Amino acid sequence: MDENELLEPFERLLADAAPPAVVRRIDEGASAEACWSAIADSGFLDALVPEDSGGAGLGLAETAPLLCALGSRAVPVPVGETMIARALLGQAGIRPPEGAIVLVTATPDGSGWRTPAIPLAGLASHALVELDGSAVLIALSPKLVEAVGVHGSRAATLRLPRNPEILAEATVPSGGLRAAAAIVRATAIAGAANRLLDMTVAYANERVQFGKPIGRQQALQQQLAVMAEHVIAARMAAEIVCAAGFPASLFRVAVAKTVTSQAAVPIATIAHAVHGAIGISEEYDLQLFTRRLHEWRLADGSEAYWSRLLGGARIESDTDTSINFVREAARSSR
Amino acid sequence: MFENFRLARLPDEDEALRASVRELCAEIVVQMPTERRARSWSGFDAAFSRKLGAAGLLGLTLPKVYGGQERGPFARFVVVEELLACGAPVAAHWIADRQSAPLILHYGTEAQRAEHIPAICRGERFFCIGMSEPGSGSDLASVRTRAERMAEGWRLNGQKIWTTNAHHDDYMIALVRTSGTAADRQAGLSQFLVDLHAPGVTIRPIVDLAGDAHFAEVFFEDVMLPDDALLGAEGQGWSQVTAELAFERSGPERIYSSVVLLDAWVAHLQAVGRLDDARREQLGSLVARLAVLREMSISVTTRLASGESPVVEASLVKDFGTAFEQDLPALIADDLGGRPDEAVSPTLLRTLHYVTQIAPSFSLRGGTREILRGIIARGLGLR
Repeated sequence: MDENELLEPFERLLADAAPPAVVRRIDEGASAEACWSAIADSGFLDALVPEDSGGAGLGLAETAPLLCALGSRAVPVPVGETMIARALLGQAGIRPPEGAIVLVTATPDGSGWRTPAIPLAGLASHALVELDGSAVLIALSPKLVEAVGVHGSRAATLRLPRNPEILAEATVPSGGLRAAAAIVRATAIAGAANRLLDMTVAYANERVQFGKPIGRQQALQQQLAVMAEHVIAARMAAEIVCAAGFPASLFRVAVAKTVTSQAAVPIATIAHAVHGAIGISEEYDLQLFTRRLHEWRLADGSEAYWSRLLGGARIESDTDTSINFVREAARSSR
Repeated sequence: MFENFRLARLPDEDEALRASVRELCAEIVVQMPTERRARSWSGFDAAFSRKLGAAGLLGLTLPKVYGGQERGPFARFVVVEELLACGAPVAAHWIADRQSAPLILHYGTEAQRAEHIPAICRGERFFCIGMSEPGSGSDLASVRTRAERMAEGWRLNGQKIWTTNAHHDDYMIALVRTSGTAADRQAGLSQFLVDLHAPGVTIRPIVDLAGDAHFAEVFFEDVMLPDDALLGAEGQGWSQVTAELAFERSGPERIYSSVVLLDAWVAHLQAVGRLDDARREQLGSLVARLAVLREMSISVTTRLASGESPVVEASLVKDFGTAFEQDLPALIADDLGGRPDEAVSPTLLRTLHYVTQIAPSFSLRGGTREILRGIIARGLGLR
């Protein structure tokens, strides 16, 4: 299928279901039900579900533009996570629930399990939890979900009892659910980064100070050039993680999440520097994207987490040069 | 924006070239001291270049009729990547193979092509770039070296400086003024093939801060050039030089200048068994950047392969790449210096200090960081 045949209707759907006003309201605590239903009814949630389980059977590479679009529109519900969860459930022959599903890795804690802060977990009806080496589907009741309470964020941690009620069990994809979720974050960062560059360049061309658009100032041009470099690097990193299908290799996930997370900080910083005070205001859309960039950087392993794994793989490899290490891993179909 | 940056796969038939490069490197390069390998595309070794020519590893993008391999930019990417990964001394043929020959092919006459390109492909004729002058660095349009039309040929007067390997090379492709004055800027500039052995040419090597004489100053005093020394059209020097710079800025050498040091550091960490989390994070971060830069560079190669001149994209990769190249020695220096009681081999220290000392040149040569960012800003629609 032509990339645009898939992407254009998806973009239209998102523009209708999650315009900035809706994103704001949901971020601030309003119900996401209408937004979620519109997206769920479209069928796109089954993009990655195998055809014999009733899905579209698309590969991760074909789905990549959709995952990026979720970032470039700051979609306020966990669509990418649900797409992957439904694919994993579909592969296991399990009929997925209708609501939003987040991907979670749990750690033993006292008498039960805890998780790190999970973006949008406050809006999910279910979680696919990696727990003791298996991927289990759990219904999220309010007593399991603890909002982190960051302003404008629906992130939450989960507190699960030692023996939670398990609705179904799927196979943990190689690399684990954290790697799967990291793909969602990396692609979302790449999409939001692209959007921020567009917004920031447009603003620099419009805003006049000292009698000319501020984008004519060399000092700003140099900063915007650096921003563009990070945006392209993030986009390339997102392509790398999606190129060889799901699940992606440790190398692909680690490269993608490391580079997108590294890029998130300078991109958000320069976007704000160029926008000045208006970019800090609630009513201006910039914050919808920069807040997310920082949240996604932290989620499912920041650059330190993934580069630690990647550096370990390099140092333990018997490949003679780093170029060959990178080349062989990039050429591998896994 | 920049929708051209997409992941691309190197063709299998070009990947197959790696084996013959590795064979040559294993035979000649691997036993060289690390600090010599770290010089790589600044390392002049005419005999090695001739070996590459004999092995059919030069002129990969050039037509067979002129002695090339007619394989295209992907083949060149593969061969260059292998050479730089092992730190082969490739400076002798580098400029001729990368930009002079493509320039002559594109703008030269049939006679100029036949004269120069086969010799370049054999690794027997070396070129340098005549752009910078004492008064013209980033402001290249202000060049003052002048060629005057005579009854027969041209008379050249002026001076070039910071010319890489001029004292070892056979020819310079010089950007000079053929009409008007420096105030006319981009108009009135032309490119010439200057025989560096011609009477009136004086070349003085300049020693750099690392003790190498890799660049030189070149004086022209009433140098008589034949009519056919003019490359391309008179007055079209600026657009030709812009196309040339896209070749200069787009290769993988712009991301690999420090990789020999990176691998020497990895070998050190493995040898002393210092594989703690902080080291893994530093190394992994560098490897991740390397992986993405490599794909960006391959993506630019794709544009070259489809016959485009990706000026903005090449600038973007070069600027992002040189930041990586320059971060490497700073980070490794802190790591090694942070453990004063750990044994470090003198060869690793020599390599580290060489790369540290020469690293400022990474974001000067081939266009400064600030000039490249200006080009990117123009690509963004800001100027």
